[in-house]
Amino acid sequence: MSESAITISNLTKRFGDLTALDNLCLEIGWGELFGILGPNGAGKSTAVNILNTLLEPTNGSATVDGHDVVFDPENVRKVIGVCPQEPAFYPHLTGRENITLMGDMHLVPKDVLESRVSSIVEKIGMEDHINRPAKEYSGGMIRRVSMLMALVNDPKIALLDEPTVAMDPKSRRAVWDYIRELRMQGKAIILTTHYMEEAQELCDRVAIIDEGKLIALGPPTDLMETYQAKNLEQVFLKLTGKKLREDV
Amino acid sequence: MNLRRIIALMKKDLKKTYREPAVLFLLIIFPIVLTIIFGFAFGGIGDGGTTSFDVGLLNLDATSPQADWSMAFVDNLTDSEVFVVHAYEDNATGQSALLEGNLDAFIVIPEGFGDSIVSYYGSPIDPSSWTNTTIGLYVDSGSMIAVSAVPPLVQQVLMNTVFGSDTMTLNLPIEISSPALVESSTFSQWDFMAPGIFAFASIFLTMIVAQSMTYERDEGLLKRLRTTPVSSADYMVSQTLTYMIIASVQVALVLAASFAIGYRPATGPAGIAFTFVIALAFSLVAVGFGLIAASISKSAEVSTGVSFVFIMPQMFFGTFMPLGGATEVIAQFMPSKYLTDAVTTLFLRGAPITTPVIWTNLAIVSILGFLLVAVGIVLFERFGSR
Repeated sequence: MSESAITISNLTKRFGDLTALDNLCLEIGWGELFGILGPNGAGKSTAVNILNTLLEPTNGSATVDGHDVVFDPENVRKVIGVCPQEPAFYPHLTGRENITLMGDMHLVPKDVLESRVSSIVEKIGMEDHINRPAKEYSGGMIRRVSMLMALVNDPKIALLDEPTVAMDPKSRRAVWDYIRELRMQGKAIILTTHYMEEAQELCDRVAIIDEGKLIALGPPTDLMETYQAKNLEQVFLKLTGKKLREDV
Repeated sequence: MNLRRIIALMKKDLKKTYREPAVLFLLIIFPIVLTIIFGFAFGGIGDGGTTSFDVGLLNLDATSPQADWSMAFVDNLTDSEVFVVHAYEDNATGQSALLEGNLDAFIVIPEGFGDSIVSYYGSPIDPSSWTNTTIGLYVDSGSMIAVSAVPPLVQQVLMNTVFGSDTMTLNLPIEISSPALVESSTFSQWDFMAPGIFAFASIFLTMIVAQSMTYERDEGLLKRLRTTPVSSADYMVSQTLTYMIIASVQVALVLAASFAIGYRPATGPAGIAFTFVIALAFSLVAVGFGLIAASISKSAEVSTGVSFVFIMPQMFFGTFMPLGGATEVIAQFMPSKYLTDAVTTLFLRGAPITTPVIWTNLAIVSILGFLLVAVGIVLFERFGSR
């Protein structure tokens, strides 16, 4: 196990003239729940997509569990679990089959896989619906299944891109509890979210990114103190302003 | 590559085949329905709808010292029960009857026909000493069935005349257009159409492959898989094997449906096994075209239309009857034509499994299949997967 779970050094990503990430530097430790916050188009998903090997950086580097995302993507993929922003699932498969498929992709031992699927399904309260075709699920159910698809391989590092969007408060609480449990197991978790109360409640540290640049970094309480704000949302608004922007 | 990942991905795709009604219909129900409908329409059921050909005959060798041979040939044509033979006194009258649509074909036995056969038996292994002649054969190009069936049937009757019931593939001093071996019997139109059903059913795999790949791309499923340790090779092999299995099931279903409506191909277990093999090779062609269609399509909906660019020419030029004329030339470029040809040779003409032409057909389909899959993978990886 490497010293840091994730090391990001001067990471830059350009799409034509647009700079989506601009010299981002971060270090995330084991057992840390790290939030990446930012307005739409700030570069959060770009950062996550570089870490999960879908995108290559224009400049800079990133290592995941000591493996370079550009030069050693195979080993990166072995240690991560990725919950994408848009839940990707096979509608003709049941929830259980979708989760099991991801376990097969990660070669989770067969005898472990079945019991693990049952166990994690129970943790987020999906046991009554897990054998139904996924196309019959509500938006919140799909989100929960999508998250379990990311975590069935018991990854050392979880990359969760807005995992609780469209969930009802009860489901969201169940997911929070599960994420906390993962942190207790020593896993590194990167969480991007638009819900400031979620970041404030869950994250050990947050990074606020705007226009690809890191504009604030630290524990939520420290940031609130520094910016004399009652909560993280006020910190966020003070730093990023209120102008609406489009996604990148 | 990893076998467990490949099997898991195959299971995922196979489940789609029977859980998605549209896919189930197109890949499984459609071939059965098509077989039964065509069977009804073209006389494959019961004893109805048998086909015979009205053939005009001009025997220019009837007065030669070796006239027995031409007489035997005429008798064999008549006895075959496939031909209704009408004798003509001159070429012009026969040609006129053919042009007016009163005949399906017109055969001219040349002068010296008997001499040719006698010269052959005088020195069977020395072609230089043979007296060569050519039987004139004119077929109604407006009848797809006649164009397809008459030349090989006449060839078969000729072989029976020269060698008796033991058909052989040897050089002769007498030529006709087609050298294929045909089991003389009474055919229904369905007998001529049935081989084309096998290609027809499998052609639509192209559309399902294209739709499936573009859907997985558009819904982020390919991206999701690419964040796992699964390799592109795992994914592509799983896709190819899945559709090979589906092609095998289609062949089995078409065969079962054909048998159920009374169709009996003129081949044995080896011929049927060969049909499965060439259908598997053809599924590679379908997967290759599907990948190419997916690569150039922006969405699953668009891929349906693009797939038909590959499906329609194969459907019209590579299955069922040859249409004659320039279409025969176009058909040479259609992989489905070689599948249909091979199955026709086995199922209609009753050729043995050792017949070189079917192995040539298999080789062509296999090579095209591997090439198209390779091109499809390269294109999809480069342009279609993101």
